[in-house]
Amino acid sequence: MGEAAKTVIFEIERQNSTDESSYWEKFELPYRANMNVISALMEIRRNPVNMDGKKTTPVNWDMNCLEEVCGACSMVINGKARQSCTALVDQLEQPIRLQPMRTFPVVRDLIVDRSRMFDSLKKVKAWVPIDGTHDLGEGPRMPERKRQWAYELSKCMTCGVCLEACPNVNDKSDFIGAAPLSQVRLMNAHPTGAMNRDERLNAIMGEGGLADCGNSQNCVESCPKGIPLTTSIAALNRDVSIQMFRNFFGSDHMVD
Amino acid sequence: MDNNREFLMRRLHSLLGVIPIGLFLTQHLIVNHFATQGVEAFNQAAHFMANLPFVIFLEIFVIYLPLMYHAFYGLYIAFTAKNNPGHYSYMRNILFVAQRYTGIFLVVFIAWHVFETRFQVAIGAAEADFNMMENILSNPFMFAFYVVGVLSATFHLANGLWSFFVTWGITVSEKAQRYSTYFTLLVFIVLSIIGIRALFAFV
Repeated sequence: MGEAAKTVIFEIERQNSTDESSYWEKFELPYRANMNVISALMEIRRNPVNMDGKKTTPVNWDMNCLEEVCGACSMVINGKARQSCTALVDQLEQPIRLQPMRTFPVVRDLIVDRSRMFDSLKKVKAWVPIDGTHDLGEGPRMPERKRQWAYELSKCMTCGVCLEACPNVNDKSDFIGAAPLSQVRLMNAHPTGAMNRDERLNAIMGEGGLADCGNSQNCVESCPKGIPLTTSIAALNRDVSIQMFRNFFGSDHMVD
Repeated sequence: MDNNREFLMRRLHSLLGVIPIGLFLTQHLIVNHFATQGVEAFNQAAHFMANLPFVIFLEIFVIYLPLMYHAFYGLYIAFTAKNNPGHYSYMRNILFVAQRYTGIFLVVFIAWHVFETRFQVAIGAAEADFNMMENILSNPFMFAFYVVGVLSATFHLANGLWSFFVTWGITVSEKAQRYSTYFTLLVFIVLSIIGIRALFAFV
């Protein structure tokens, strides 16, 4: 006979509902070439038996696109927040520890409720208002080089990894985190969006806004899309410094 | 999000850390450095500083009030962070944690330092001169305490200066922030040498 079949060991922090306490459960699965964390979770779902040989409930997790563009499958893998679809088992140290991103309320097991990020996007007015009673025609043109740069910022998928990695986003603070701030930069860079830039800048000068950033720079290190979050934060700091003087000393131009 | 009180308080905290506290610390360490030129030079410098016109107002508005605001609001900032240098052991995150630990330590160190020196002078129990510091630093435990205190202060100022440049939107690009790291590292080294040399001059 050949050597024993290769296996993969998972340790998963589970929780039945938001208010219940969590517990750890171990699973041992047969190894398959090129498996990722999602395919392992699917295997557990197919055969929900833990390492003690006891039948258990399947582990719950969230997923959608499976190609790192939707952000739904984000979780903490071996201590670091990232997407489970691009977490390849071959590149991970075993046992592989899976935890929910506790910066957000846990719904069940590895599923978290990221609503606060969507609420933050509303607070900072992260959209370009174009609705009117009549057709306003084409907006101003955007320089191509600027469009290419702004495209990088638009890759944000609101996955929540930057909030999970940030030491200042926690239950003791209202800080909205890097992702919504970066969207303010993106919307303010848009030629039509820039028509409301002062409203967004004033919004991020409010509670839980830009000033709560402590420059730990974990966000930019952790962002799966490589968005220059800390550059955006520093650039917003510059914009907001000017806005602050305008607000205090007065200015005869409101937007630019 | 219309209430921007927190924003203004954070900006004030950042500003006061550099002006006047950072400037005061630099001046303080430079004046201390007179100790390396002997007892007479140090006493003359200390006497000059202690007898500046309106010294009590200078102390209140340049040192006590800004320092207390920076210290107490800083404690609030330090204790609202959930440090995670274990899993996210990037340089900036480690400096972020160090900034908070040195800040907390400095509140204790400076409180003790002020009590032991300025307060004793104020109640007439001592005179601010070379002897006073020589007595304090002759205790090896106190000497170590002062060395850690000076290094914490120079680190906290240098790293705080780096954050100040980001907070006010001066260093924006990654490159600017990297050069700013080199510059503030230099500030840390230079101020530390000045501070530590002065301490050794008393023993």
